[in-house]
Amino acid sequence: MSVEGIALVKHFGGEGEVAAVRGVSFQAPAGRITSLLGPSGSGKSTLLRMVAGLEKPDAGTVHIDGRDVTRIPVREREVGFVFQSYALFRHMTVADNVAFGLRIRKRPKDAIAKKVSALLDLVQLGEYGHRLPDELSGGQRQRIALARALATEPRVLLLDEPFGALDTKVRVELREWLLRLHEELPVTTLLVTHDQEEAFELSEHVVLLDAGTVAQAGSPTEIYERPANPFVAAFVGGANKLAGDRDAFVRPQDVGVRKAHGEDGDHVAIVERLVRIGGYVKLSVAMKDGHTITVQMPKHEFDERGIERGDRVLVDLRDVKTFPRGDYAI
Amino acid sequence: MSAAVSSLGRRSVGQRVQDEPPAARAALIAVALAFLGLFLVLPLALVFVSAFSEGVGAFVSAITHPDTLSAIRLTLLTAAIAVPLNVVFGIAAAWLISKYEFAGKSVLLSLIDLPFSVSPVISGLLFVLLFGAQSPLAPLLALADVRVIFAVPGIVLATTFVTFPLVAREVLAVMQAEGSQEEEAALTMGATGLQILWHVTLPKVRWGVLYGVILCNARAMGEFGAVSVVSGHIRGETNTLPLHVEILYNEYVFAGAFAVASLLASLALVTLVAKEVVQWRARRGRTPLRPAPEVGA
Repeated sequence: MSVEGIALVKHFGGEGEVAAVRGVSFQAPAGRITSLLGPSGSGKSTLLRMVAGLEKPDAGTVHIDGRDVTRIPVREREVGFVFQSYALFRHMTVADNVAFGLRIRKRPKDAIAKKVSALLDLVQLGEYGHRLPDELSGGQRQRIALARALATEPRVLLLDEPFGALDTKVRVELREWLLRLHEELPVTTLLVTHDQEEAFELSEHVVLLDAGTVAQAGSPTEIYERPANPFVAAFVGGANKLAGDRDAFVRPQDVGVRKAHGEDGDHVAIVERLVRIGGYVKLSVAMKDGHTITVQMPKHEFDERGIERGDRVLVDLRDVKTFPRGDYAI
Repeated sequence: MSAAVSSLGRRSVGQRVQDEPPAARAALIAVALAFLGLFLVLPLALVFVSAFSEGVGAFVSAITHPDTLSAIRLTLLTAAIAVPLNVVFGIAAAWLISKYEFAGKSVLLSLIDLPFSVSPVISGLLFVLLFGAQSPLAPLLALADVRVIFAVPGIVLATTFVTFPLVAREVLAVMQAEGSQEEEAALTMGATGLQILWHVTLPKVRWGVLYGVILCNARAMGEFGAVSVVSGHIRGETNTLPLHVEILYNEYVFAGAFAVASLLASLALVTLVAKEVVQWRARRGRTPLRPAPEVGA
């Protein structure tokens, strides 16, 4: 049950900053979670909605399990869709929400009841069937939305920023929970997110989008270690752009600093600002060439070196990704 | 009545700013109350006082007079036809406008507002031109032996026209405020358009529909201008309640006029209460009753 998009194009009429997709091809392998990652306006949600059939592509095709479904209406595509804002039916109980797709299909009553209770157990909300969605927390609502999407046994599960409306703690918990759920029920899944950590943690295959085109597709390691172009290098890991006649990037955690003792040269910089964030320390250092770069280092390492604000430090750029100029325009 | 286009969907919680001195606040409240009393409460009270000015007997005989009863029947009949028609058309129009993108959408939106932007008298004249004796349709109507102008069909048509925006506007505002993700979710689960309308959209907008129905009903029963033009004022036949009030008043039957007017005033009061109840229910439906604490997975 793989999903494939071929040369998908979608324009939105009218003025304003609306996401458009400008010729995107991608593959989502069967039984795996694939992330569509990108900043807002990169077209990732539009892409997902085209897979669901909620948007009609101007050009290109969508294939589910090898079959061209571009002209198949939404209701016959057998996809499960989960929205950022849950989109639960507020006037129905949780159990009725989960049962909706099965009732529409006129399944026998006892079969529906059985399936609903199994799904509620699966999302660990077995006791909540009689409640209304408004009586649940955000995390619980999203789990119900997932149960509802799974009820009709979709061939593909489409998640549109599913954890976007939740606070950090719940996000992280739900991420782990989703991974376990997926091990138990390996439905082909497409996940739209702007959060690279989420994409890297949840999926084995990531499609990174930039302004309606694919910037790079591959495993999280490939994207992190071998960014294909300056956009990817800059987007992943919050990299610093370095001065020079080539596009060069270095990630904050790939920069080492130690106190300078009278040395001079291009690698000497001044510590302008330092912020402690839990186990990490974030420093802004001003380089000789006028650039400021961000450095992130573990707290214990920082404390050992006794660096303070205003200190002169030696900067060691450990893993610089360089690209020939002009590569940016793809 | 046309100020009632405000809606459930757009209503927001007001901010409370209280940094004026108490004296200024008291003065403002006094002015507002005085205005309300002078222009709203006093006239309303006067209607009821005048209605009973010649005793309860006169009041009862005025409202049980055959012409009054006939006017009540016609008014109820008109509302009973106009309101359901406007509910169906209103929901259809709101559904169309909020769910689909199409050419001429803004034109349709302005058209819906048209009955509010022209004077009701003009609306009435419009139907006289369309169906009256001088219209090109007149020979056809005569052939079919159908009377529209100076008859019940004209009154129903004019009333439906004048009250059309009320349901459509309310339902549209609620639909736009609620968005269409729930409909999209239902669609991915395999529901058809009709199933979505019945199981998802209508339950979602039910308070908006009810609110529109209440306003539409009040306006339908109280409409004067448009109905006056098309009715012909035939006593016992084409007189609605508001027209009947005018006739009685013009004939110097003041107590009778006010007795009948008090019926309309009571309708207004009932409408007001019903409106508040619906608004309160709608607001309650939108806020969580018992927000649950966040429980981890």
